[in-house]
Amino acid sequence: MSTTITAQPGTPFIEISREFAASPDKVLRAHTDPELVVRWLGPRGMEMELLEFDARSGGAYHYVHRDDRGEYRFRGVYHTVSADRIVQTFEFEGNPGEVCLESMPLIDLGGRTRIEGRSVFPSVEARDAAVKSGMNNGITQSYERLDAVLA
Amino acid sequence: MALDEEALDRAFTALGDPVRRALVARLSRGEATVNELAEPFEITKQAISRHIQVLEQAGLITRSRDGQRRPCHLVPAALEALTGWIDTYRLATERSYRRLDAVLETLEEEK
Repeated sequence: MSTTITAQPGTPFIEISREFAASPDKVLRAHTDPELVVRWLGPRGMEMELLEFDARSGGAYHYVHRDDRGEYRFRGVYHTVSADRIVQTFEFEGNPGEVCLESMPLIDLGGRTRIEGRSVFPSVEARDAAVKSGMNNGITQSYERLDAVLA
Repeated sequence: MALDEEALDRAFTALGDPVRRALVARLSRGEATVNELAEPFEITKQAISRHIQVLEQAGLITRSRDGQRRPCHLVPAALEALTGWIDTYRLATERSYRRLDAVLETLEEEK
């Protein structure tokens, strides 16, 4: 059940795959209910405050991760929130203008769910910068170990 | 992260090319000379040499001398640094998702 992340060198993409022991409607709720989101999203040891959170098609979000060393702000809009998919933009305010498009299908495995997320950055450089800065907390990227790097 | 940012950038750039990834993949199975490396490719030996130079400058491979042969070798530590750094990110994501697992369990109970 561990997370698989692929970020092929020289591409602006990040792909992430993870299975959950819950139905797609529950996984969707955990992503769209403000009380639930703050309980899991983001780096360990950081408090999460939602400044704006309207997880519906056409809605928007704006949140802050804080610890005693500082704060990190993120914002975006929800393009599509449906039973089987979330499509949203994602921007780290420390790197303004580098807006990422994230698509996250929720694949029904019969009582279980697989997320197959894909993030598209405006450039390879933006993607690499995002990987290195760690801003992408939960929904990040990477080469999937050496064999994926070499595939 | 105690990693040289510039070295990481060079490694990223070096691996951003499919021919160079194929060369690294080949060297992961053992040392090889430029001629041996060039064999499977449809491109000139000169082009292969240039790719090897890029990999050398990125610190991903080294060349030794063995009589007349000058075989290329992977630098395992460099690739480990790259994959180790990558795995840090994967683990951060995984930690977040483990908290999500716990949240999902409470939803089961809430019905």
